[in-house]
Amino acid sequence: MKLKQLEGLLGGLEQFSQPKVELEQYPTGAHIASRMIYTAESSYEDISGKIVADFGCGCGTLGIASALLGAEHVLGIDVDSESLEIAGENVTDLELDIDFLQCDIRASNLQGLLVDTIVMNPPFGTRKKGVDMDFLSLALKVASRAVYSLHKTSTREHIRRAALRDYNAKGAEVLCELRYDVPQMYKFHKKKEVDIAVDLWRFVP
Amino acid sequence: MRLLTHNMLSCNIKGVTNGFPLKLEADKWVTKEVDLNADFLRGIFPKIEWSALLAAARVLGFAELPEQADASMLSSDDFLRRFHHALLELHVEEGALVCPETGRKFPINKGIPNMLLHEDEV
Repeated sequence: MKLKQLEGLLGGLEQFSQPKVELEQYPTGAHIASRMIYTAESSYEDISGKIVADFGCGCGTLGIASALLGAEHVLGIDVDSESLEIAGENVTDLELDIDFLQCDIRASNLQGLLVDTIVMNPPFGTRKKGVDMDFLSLALKVASRAVYSLHKTSTREHIRRAALRDYNAKGAEVLCELRYDVPQMYKFHKKKEVDIAVDLWRFVP
Repeated sequence: MRLLTHNMLSCNIKGVTNGFPLKLEADKWVTKEVDLNADFLRGIFPKIEWSALLAAARVLGFAELPEQADASMLSSDDFLRRFHHALLELHVEEGALVCPETGRKFPINKGIPNMLLHEDEV
């Protein structure tokens, strides 16, 4: 599948109808999501024929992108039942098969080794401090092959240090810097839309 | 929920040490055919907890997996077909996962296991 085609399919997905600020629910835009998963497959062969888990899957965008690019099995995990319901509808609409699990990532306790690749757009930890790092440390424990994640560019050095030193990652590389459009979704958003700089990371556990 | 997912899940209640495998209870399940990928099956076989897959498949009425399995069987197309079917084609829609240590039940509704914990379990 071509990148444009993938982006087009992801652009048609249903997103959060009533996003929950405490969970930092922001949709992963089709532009970012398609590039993330397309790169994972075309440059690193981390998707096709693999077992992929989407941590904090929300409405399922990254997991769906992985399934579209040939993942053998995808597991989407989220704490929020409404998001999982929308994700399930998205999967049905595209006639894909993805498993979902309702669980707090921080208490997910997945058995090691089975998951090859983790893809995630974690909460940035602006509402609940440190939650982004919790996601990353768990992802590096569960994945056997690679972890793809988005983090604010302003935290780049902190992320690199934590991954390599505290979570024993063998590799931590910023693949590219992207603009993340945050639409005006919540009352505390004063501007109509803001762009924040985010890094697309590839970690090797 | 496919049985491949079941093979990854263990009870996540704090303090539980023998939370794997979760016992499967199923009220409703469906079969969805998918293409068989022999390379994938051969690669994943050593990582699968066979007894957990065997027990869960039996709950879903699929009794065609051998009691014991070893890597030599992976050259048999017949074995691969059965392994593939159990792992990837059976989907539990309604039921529960039960912790082997505490008996805590995690419900499965519309195919999604709910493993959210109560406050006193975290």
